[in-house]
Amino acid sequence: MQTVAEVTDARSPIAGAGVVLDRVTRMLGGKRVLDGVGLHVRLRERVGIVGRSGAGKSTLLSLVAGLDETDDGTVSVGGQTAAEARLAQCALMPQRDCLLPWRTALDNACLALVNDGLPREEARRRTEPLFDRLGLAGAERLRPAQLSVGMRQRVAFLRTLLAGKEVLLLDEPFGALDAITRGELQEWLATALDTEPRTLLLVTHDIEEALLLCDRVLVLDGGRIVSELDVRLPRDGRTRRELVTSAAFVALRELTLEALG
Amino acid sequence: MRRVMPPLVLLAAATGVWELVVRAAHVPDYLFPAPSAVASAFGADAGLLGNATLVTVREVVLGFLLSVLLGLTIAVLVHLSSALRQALLPLLVLSQAVPTVVLAPVLAIVLGYGIAPKLVVVAIVCFFPIVVNAADGLQSVDTELVRMMRTLHGSRFAIFRRVEFPAALPAIFSGLRIAATYAAVGAVFGEWAGSSSGLGFVMLQAQPALATGRIFAAVLILSAIGLALYALVTVSEHLLVPWKQEVPHA
Repeated sequence: MQTVAEVTDARSPIAGAGVVLDRVTRMLGGKRVLDGVGLHVRLRERVGIVGRSGAGKSTLLSLVAGLDETDDGTVSVGGQTAAEARLAQCALMPQRDCLLPWRTALDNACLALVNDGLPREEARRRTEPLFDRLGLAGAERLRPAQLSVGMRQRVAFLRTLLAGKEVLLLDEPFGALDAITRGELQEWLATALDTEPRTLLLVTHDIEEALLLCDRVLVLDGGRIVSELDVRLPRDGRTRRELVTSAAFVALRELTLEALG
Repeated sequence: MRRVMPPLVLLAAATGVWELVVRAAHVPDYLFPAPSAVASAFGADAGLLGNATLVTVREVVLGFLLSVLLGLTIAVLVHLSSALRQALLPLLVLSQAVPTVVLAPVLAIVLGYGIAPKLVVVAIVCFFPIVVNAADGLQSVDTELVRMMRTLHGSRFAIFRRVEFPAALPAIFSGLRIAATYAAVGAVFGEWAGSSSGLGFVMLQAQPALATGRIFAAVLILSAIGLALYALVTVSEHLLVPWKQEVPHA
């Protein structure tokens, strides 16, 4: 089966040193949204960031992605600190799906390939096989307005993957979905990340989601990282339901809730 | 069809009342012709009106295309350069204080009596709503979409072509619709300032001859031209902005 890496020629620069934030401070509207945050995400590590609304989660992702600059401290991706270099190595999936209403699902998904100068037909030909894998078969020629919320999220995710970047930054990727669809997509994402390993920074306010998908979960509060939990769950072959109800998972959830105060 | 019927019924009724009042009061045709007199002017002057219509339609269509080309070019330039935006937009707004159609005689002196001054008058009249709406549309693009494009290796040109321009299309078409209703006025002013053909010229000639029925006929044709251009713009919008009309997912 074709993988995303093959489609994008895997020509993304290697973010060998992972993502490093060193005493990062960001002021927005006179408020310290991030206050001396230090963080090291190793290559291919999956890190979840949980916190209340307004804790600075989205700001942190924008900084890593190279869409924003720090007021103090440095952010480096793959050992490079320049915003352009960060942009080149990170793919950000924003909270809203941000699909372009005038492009079909297929043309939205292959946007990065087209931006790279690939002819439109070639980009479509490479992207089409992946629609089956995401359960999007038949939706290729539909525009976003004709898709369900779950399908839109999957198209947005595919678009993010096809940017061919080493670092994936997901901002509440399933926040807009109902509980059942969210569960399905979380399971699907876990499998997708096993076949297409990436360095992952996942922002969410859903503790379960973070514990399910990540190796490590950080709690962000008032612009600071107040707690850090190692998630060592035996995932192999277990369904989402088995994981969520296991004693280890419940204990971790309790710990995280406590850290959130 | 249900939307078209009520105004049509009202229009027919008004025409009937007009006919009755003019006949009952014995108003002479040269003062205020009844609808029947206008209709007979259509028949009697068919050749004259037909030729004049061709001339004016040509001026309206070419002038409109010129204003679209000019308007969109300036809107894009103003959008890409904030320096140009700050310098040019206030001047454009100020320029609307100039009653531009009265420049027609000057244009006739400078550009002669051919089609050129008419095209310029049409363009002057149509150009402003196109620039303002297009510039607004380009400026009010969702910034999150632009950020998304940047993370997908979108160059400045790619962002313009794949995000900003399509996003601005509905606003651009609003401007085009307003401009479409102005175009015929521009052409007639151009012809009044100096011409030897066209519907405006026909009206000028009919006035001293007291051929009021012919003047009314010309006005009706001019309205039809404006309406047709408006319809053309609306049809183009349906073809070029299909995502606006699609039924959303249930």
